[in-house]
Amino acid sequence: MSAVSTPAPPVDLTPGRPTLLADSGTLIWRGLARWRRDPGPLIASLGFNILIVLMFAYLFGGALQVPGGGSYREFLMPGMFVMTMVFGISLTTIAVAEDLERGVTDRLRSMPVSPLAPLAARAVADMLFALVTLGVLLLTGLAIGWRAHGGVGATLAAVGLILLLRFALIWVGIFLGLVTRGQTAVVAVQTLEFPLGFLSNAFVAPSTMPAWLGAVAAWNPLSATVGATRELFGNPGWGGDSWAAQHYQLLAVLWPLVLVAVFLPLSVARYRRLAG
Amino acid sequence: MTTTVDAIVAQGLRKRYRDRYALDGFDLRVPRGTVCGLLGPNGAGKTTAVRILSTLLRLDEGRAEVAGFDVTRQPDQVRYRIGLVGQHPALDEALSGRQNLVLFGRLFHLGRRRARQRAGELLEHFGLADAAEQPVSTYSGGMRRRLDLAAGMILAPAVLFLDEPTTGLDPRGRNEVWESVRELVRTGTTVLLTTQQLDEADQLADRISVVEAGRVIAEGTPDDLKTRLGGDRIEVVVAAPTDLAVAVAQIRRAADDEPTVDVDRRMVSVRVGHQAGALVDVLRALDAVNVPVADVALRRPTLDDVFLHLTGHRAASAEVAA
Repeated sequence: MSAVSTPAPPVDLTPGRPTLLADSGTLIWRGLARWRRDPGPLIASLGFNILIVLMFAYLFGGALQVPGGGSYREFLMPGMFVMTMVFGISLTTIAVAEDLERGVTDRLRSMPVSPLAPLAARAVADMLFALVTLGVLLLTGLAIGWRAHGGVGATLAAVGLILLLRFALIWVGIFLGLVTRGQTAVVAVQTLEFPLGFLSNAFVAPSTMPAWLGAVAAWNPLSATVGATRELFGNPGWGGDSWAAQHYQLLAVLWPLVLVAVFLPLSVARYRRLAG
Repeated sequence: MTTTVDAIVAQGLRKRYRDRYALDGFDLRVPRGTVCGLLGPNGAGKTTAVRILSTLLRLDEGRAEVAGFDVTRQPDQVRYRIGLVGQHPALDEALSGRQNLVLFGRLFHLGRRRARQRAGELLEHFGLADAAEQPVSTYSGGMRRRLDLAAGMILAPAVLFLDEPTTGLDPRGRNEVWESVRELVRTGTTVLLTTQQLDEADQLADRISVVEAGRVIAEGTPDDLKTRLGGDRIEVVVAAPTDLAVAVAQIRRAADDEPTVDVDRRMVSVRVGHQAGALVDVLRALDAVNVPVADVALRRPTLDDVFLHLTGHRAASAEVAA
């Protein structure tokens, strides 16, 4: 049957074919256009991250002992880079939950849009913002005296590991946005960010914690990335006797892959289950 | 084939949420180019029906065809031929009206250039050209709905689903949306509209299906339904109890039907069907015999009246997730 024209369009309304790539591209464009229109949350997020770095560097810095007596800021920054990757997750969760709540997700599902495109586009757009965030944090670090001593290859590898962790956490954020509703999701994620960060080797040596807590901290995925990037940047770190502490670089690759392998399929399944 | 005549066919739809059926043997046929109103209280299953027909929700049992395609087996074919306007505008609040339409146009795979042209046309058509570059967050309720309608019309779909399209709008916004819908209908789009207001179904629909507990319990033109209800009633409260007898006689003659009397409230009530001018006739008849009137009202049947009449009990708004 022929489409009825409303209002009589001079535009040819014969649609093209849906492809994951094109639909994702369009939705990534949407994400970027949104940020250009309303950059407030992003600027707030960047400002928050810089503020935390400055707080730790200048406020708490004097009170904290650096292992091996190195520069505190050298020690601090790898932990901060990784924490920044954690702090951004609530933005992902908010965006996913908001689209669900506003009915935008339903509109997309009632359209011939590739069903993976909305999630894929979310992940890519948020990775682009992660790149900006990490860039700003690297510059902040350089400004307060942090340096990478490991050579170009090791430095790039460290940056890659940090971004890999963010990619994995984005899928956790997407999943949380899909399963929880509204403000609850955001509060839950924001509440979890700090404990998740503190329960790692980012600020405190796991060996100084009670044994069971130390084990949890040593095996925390964040610890793996923090430990590995300290090694790759040539920054001072805690070391440690646990198997986890001996294999930070391996775990910094494995942990994110495991998280993606769990939360990406879970998110896709959850998205499909919106159809009841 | 039924598909050449009917834009929407639903047969025996069932949908279960945990321990209750949101749809329980739901049947519907909507001929092409007509407007069908699904009328029912909260939780009757209207939204569930729309969500199944617009491919958002899987059906448990039954069969549904929209624009000639099976919603279960050919969802993408259906999706190219429908527009969906939900209870709340599904728009990106941060983007401008134009950006929203271009976004959805591109997601309908019109390509960047044609998506832009189409967005321009629709903004013009829905009276949003002046606000096109403003973010949607600055729009009034009526403007949001119109933009939402425009987004649903991007491919000039054969079938448009409107799920309570005027919920939360002031009378002006409501009229704006009604006017837009009427115009779409003039161009031949088939519309399935859900509403809780008899008035709205009356204004827009060619036929109304009354939904209760997941199935259609009555079907007909708005006039059919109102005739079955006995149409409008006029209620007159006389100033003095001693005037009641005279008033009843005059009203009986003027309205050509037997009035009911509530002595305590000094109220005489009579059915007037849909005769235009019945109110004036009644008031003139009372004035002719010098009966002072304390209050007078023309009462239109409400959804509650429809339910009371059709089911013998009040419309219970069941709690339901969807």
